[in-house]
Amino acid sequence: MSVLNSLISGLSLGSVYAIIALGYTMVYGISKMLNFAHGDVIMVGAYVSFLLTNHAGVNAWVSLVIAIAICTVLGIVIERLAYRPLRGTGSLAVLITAIGVSYFLQNAALLLWGADPRMFNSLFRGFQTIHAANGSLTITPESLFTILANIIIMIVLTLFVNKTKAGKAMRAVSEDNGAAQLMGINVNQSISLTFAIGSGLAAIAGVLMCSAYPVLMPTTGAMPGIKAFTAAVFGGIGSIPGAMIGGLILGVIEIFSRAYISSELADAIVFACLIIVLLIKPTGLLGKKINEKV
Amino acid sequence: MAKKRIKMNTRGLLKGAVKGSEYKKEAMISYGILIIGYIVLQAGAAAGIIGRNLQGQFVPICVYMSLAIALNLVVGLSGELSLGHAGFMAVGAFSGILVTRILETSISSGPVRLVIALIASALIASLAGFIIGIPILGLQGDYLAIVTLAFGEIVRNLMNVLYFGLDANGKLRFAFNHTIDGVDTSGRIITGAIGATGVIKTASFTSAALLTAFTLFVVLNLKNSKQGRAIMSIRDNRIAGESIGLNVRKYKLMAFVISAALAGMAGCMFAQGYSTMAPTKFNVNTSVLILVFVVLGGIGNIWGGMIAAALLTVLPEALRQFADYRMLTYAIVLIVVMICTYNPTIKARVGGFVDKLKPKKDKAKPGKEVA
Repeated sequence: MSVLNSLISGLSLGSVYAIIALGYTMVYGISKMLNFAHGDVIMVGAYVSFLLTNHAGVNAWVSLVIAIAICTVLGIVIERLAYRPLRGTGSLAVLITAIGVSYFLQNAALLLWGADPRMFNSLFRGFQTIHAANGSLTITPESLFTILANIIIMIVLTLFVNKTKAGKAMRAVSEDNGAAQLMGINVNQSISLTFAIGSGLAAIAGVLMCSAYPVLMPTTGAMPGIKAFTAAVFGGIGSIPGAMIGGLILGVIEIFSRAYISSELADAIVFACLIIVLLIKPTGLLGKKINEKV
Repeated sequence: MAKKRIKMNTRGLLKGAVKGSEYKKEAMISYGILIIGYIVLQAGAAAGIIGRNLQGQFVPICVYMSLAIALNLVVGLSGELSLGHAGFMAVGAFSGILVTRILETSISSGPVRLVIALIASALIASLAGFIIGIPILGLQGDYLAIVTLAFGEIVRNLMNVLYFGLDANGKLRFAFNHTIDGVDTSGRIITGAIGATGVIKTASFTSAALLTAFTLFVVLNLKNSKQGRAIMSIRDNRIAGESIGLNVRKYKLMAFVISAALAGMAGCMFAQGYSTMAPTKFNVNTSVLILVFVVLGGIGNIWGGMIAAALLTVLPEALRQFADYRMLTYAIVLIVVMICTYNPTIKARVGGFVDKLKPKKDKAKPGKEVA
């Protein structure tokens, strides 16, 4: 039964990674850049929700909605100010700028909210933990809702990208930026929309993650950010189902290493898996191989 | 036959890619900065103008200069982004500590131990660079960044659980937990997350400055060699480089391994300047800090990186009261510098302004070299 318990917490953690990885993968798909600052948007979302519930007395679910709204705006602003001026230049320049944005968010949070760890109150306080199989199997509401949220987000996002006009525009831009522009698609708007969706999802991920692991600090987003990034690369960056698969596999690997090998080495094992996957499939599990044109 | 002809053409093509006079100018400025800096700081310390706090920063300044030069080899010359140089530093630092501790009883001279430790750390770090470099250098830019980052984290994680010690016979033993067979408390050298304690310092300002000079010598000579020009031509256009017969993988690996070895030596020197050294010192932030030196100095500009490294190591000590705002300022400066160097419109405007100030200066800017 402990294996099953580990599997459930692994899937729950993996769902958080998958939701974060979606932001990475969509942004990469459309603007071919790694948004290093994405992990720190998670932290901002969690802080907004925390401050609203604990200091302004707002309902936890309302605070989640406000956090999503604020992170969405933050994502658009970051793209507009830091990334758009560098569009079309080499990936090195954009990547370094993204690292700068990540450091900016972390240190701004440090100045605004201090370095002390805050205890985050779970979004699902009113729900009961489920005990099954004579109490040997426990499912916390956090795990259950995180996994559910992941499934819902995945379905909605897939429908949005495949069925709506805006989603079609996004796919067109990621396929061929220039041709999409010639077809009358507003490229800037499409990219802004992608950043907005990714950052809104980051806020959800932040609240879900801090509900399960309640310590909140300015650096809270950094490690999950890097791991979700790893998950996106693992699944094949640019691919939405890849992000989901990569996130879930990574979460399960991490929890199982923590439980059965060594809690200190769990991160090392996760990263080692990434290197091995990239060795075998250089573009990740579901990544497309891009042939270079001369 | 055909292959041979291509090789000859390559040689002809690469000759004169960098003008000899430019190389001489760069070398003169770089060595000049190092020598003048050394003399000024040494004189200042002797005359008592420079306080104890700043004197303690002499070795780190040289170490960070070396690291900036070493990373410039990867970021500037080879055009790849490495976020794992702190990992190579850690490998060098801890192997250096092990070597000096093993030799403590047999070799009494500190500098000799230091030189042996430096050589050992260079070898081990280059081995690490080779092992990690072979699989990943086929990856494209962004993937390389994330894998080097993963490598740095793996090294730090491993150091957190690795224990090294000398048993009664003076043999080196290691284990993945607190108890190492046959090693008592006095024999312990590296103890997991706490790291190494009670290190007998063997580094001095002079030896650290000599290491920087050595790093400079290696990188500048490489830059001015046939191999260096090959590395830079692959950076500018990989397909064109490949089509004139350059072995892309070989040259990228060459830059990466040499850079890793130099970073390992710098890490060794760094650790020898302190009596304790914990693995947390070598986290992602350190890798990013080295990258900040390179970016602020101008990517590919070797002496620019040296100046940035020295200033950013000294300034936090001098501006202690603004410590809270330091990282925030770094972040903003990093973003602004990147946008001003790479955005076509802003670059044209800033460039025009600079040209007006110095009408005779040639217009080639270091930022232009990286595509």
